[in-house]
Amino acid sequence: MAFQSGNDLLKQCVEEEKQIWQVMLEQEVEQSGKSTEAIEDKLDEVLEVMFKAIDTGSMNDKRSLGGLIGGEAKRMLEAIENGQLNYLPANSLKAVAYSMAVMEVNSLMGIIVAAPTAGSCGVLPAVLKYAQEQFNYDKQTLRIGVLTASAVGYLVTTNATVSGAEGGCQAEIGSATAMAAAALVAMRGGSASSCLDAAAFSFKNIMGLVCDPIAGLVESPCTKRNALGTLNAMLSADMALLGMISIIPFDEVVDAMYKVGRMMSSDLRETARGGIAACPSAKAIEKRIFG
Amino acid sequence: MPKSLFDIIGPIMAGPSSSHTAGAAKLGGLARRFVKDDIASVVFYLHGSFAKTYKGHGTDKALLGGIMGLPASSPELRFAFDLAKQSKIDYKFVEADLGDVHPNSVKIEVVGSDGKTTVISGASVGGGAVKITAINGIKMSLSGDYPAIVTHHVDRRGILSVISRFLAENGLNVATVNLFRSEKGKDAFMIIESDDDFDDAIAEELKREVQDMIDVFIIK
Repeated sequence: MAFQSGNDLLKQCVEEEKQIWQVMLEQEVEQSGKSTEAIEDKLDEVLEVMFKAIDTGSMNDKRSLGGLIGGEAKRMLEAIENGQLNYLPANSLKAVAYSMAVMEVNSLMGIIVAAPTAGSCGVLPAVLKYAQEQFNYDKQTLRIGVLTASAVGYLVTTNATVSGAEGGCQAEIGSATAMAAAALVAMRGGSASSCLDAAAFSFKNIMGLVCDPIAGLVESPCTKRNALGTLNAMLSADMALLGMISIIPFDEVVDAMYKVGRMMSSDLRETARGGIAACPSAKAIEKRIFG
Repeated sequence: MPKSLFDIIGPIMAGPSSSHTAGAAKLGGLARRFVKDDIASVVFYLHGSFAKTYKGHGTDKALLGGIMGLPASSPELRFAFDLAKQSKIDYKFVEADLGDVHPNSVKIEVVGSDGKTTVISGASVGGGAVKITAINGIKMSLSGDYPAIVTHHVDRRGILSVISRFLAENGLNVATVNLFRSEKGKDAFMIIESDDDFDDAIAEELKREVQDMIDVFIIK
C-alpha cells in the first residue's frame, strides 16, 4: 500500500482529487492484480454475507454456544415493531438490534464477515444496512462504505492494532466503530478529512475500554459493545457531517489508543482475568461451562 | 501489514472467533493435506487457550470439520460431530500441556484407513492465520498462505538439485525454499512455495522420479 498514515492518505486524496474509496480500490487492483470488476464482485459478496447475517440473526431464538446470549435482537426488533419504545428513536434502535443480530449469528458458528475481527463483526453491517434503509442507497454507495471502512481499518492495523488481546476492546470495537463511522460519512458524501475526523471521534469516545469476555467467550459483554459501537459510529458520523473537526488529528488519536492499550494490564486484554470476566458471577458462569 | 482490503474486511468465516474457530478450521485443513488415506481416527491434543475455551468457541467442531476438508467459511462446521459419525471417523479431544508453545496450539494425531499414524502440530497465531510447527516430530514452519509443495525425503547429498531441476523442467518458478530435518541422513522435509500453482499430478511424478523421496504433499 502506498499510504502509511491518515495524513499520507489525505494528502494523496487532495493531490489526486480523489475520495478515500477510490484510492483504496485502485490500490487493491494494483496489489492483487485483479480487475476492478473482480474486486467489486468480492465487495458485493461481503455485503451479501453481512446482510444475510442480519436477517438470520433477526429471527434467532437459539442460545449461543456458551449460552450467554441469544434471542435479544429478535425481541428488540419485535418491541420496535410494536411501538414499545423508551428513549432511543425506532430507527436508531433498529441499527443497534442489527449489530446484535450479527453477533448472535457469530456466537452460533454462523457465517459472518470479520470486520475487522469476529468479536466486532456486528457494527459495520449494522450501520450499512441502517444507512441503506434510511436513504435507499444503491450497491455502489454501499461499496464506497466498505472501501472507506477498509482504509480506516488498514491504517489502524498498520500503525496500532485491531485486536482485543493486544489493545483491549477500545482497539477492537473501537476500530469497528471508527471504520463504520468513516463509512457513514463517505456514503453521505462527506470529504476524506471528515471521514477520518469521524473515525477519530469514535476512538476518543471509548478510549480505555477493556476487553473482558466472560469465560473467554465472544458473547458477553461483546454483543452489548457492538450495540454501543453502532450508536457511537452514527453519532461520530453525524458530528463530522455537521462540520465538527477532531481537535487531535486521526493519526495521533490512533497512536494514543495504541499507547493506552499497551499500558493496560494483560488481565484487561481478552485473557478473562480482569474486568467483567473477573466478577464472581462471571467466574461462576465460567465454572458452569468449562468445569 | 495487510496485503489486501479483504484481510481487514474479512475473512468470511464461521463464528465466533478468528483465532479459535477460523484458525482451527484452517489448521485442520492443513493437517488433512498430510494424510493421504481416508481418516479412521483422530485425536486432538489442545493446549493453552485452545484447551480452556474450545467448547465455547466451537474450536473442537472447527478442527474436526477442517480435517474432514471443510473450509473456515463453511456453514457445515457446526455439524462436524454428526458428519464425522456419518463418515465413521472416531474422534477425541484431550486437554494437554504441549510445553512452551503458542497459547492456541494443537497436536493432531491422525490414523489413516491404512493404519499409518501422522502427527501434525500447529498454532493459530491470530486473525485466522496459522502455522504448522511440526510433522511427525520434525520441526518446521508452514503458513499455508501460498501454494506450496512439501517433500518428505531422505536427507542425502544432491537431492535438492534433483528436486529443483525437476521443478524447473516442469515450468515451476520457485519463490521460497525451506528445509527441515530430524538428523543427518534421516527424514527431511522441504517446503517450496511458488507463484505458479502445483497440481496433484506433479506430486505423484516427483515421488516416482526422485530417488529417496518418501512422499510429496500439495498445499493450496
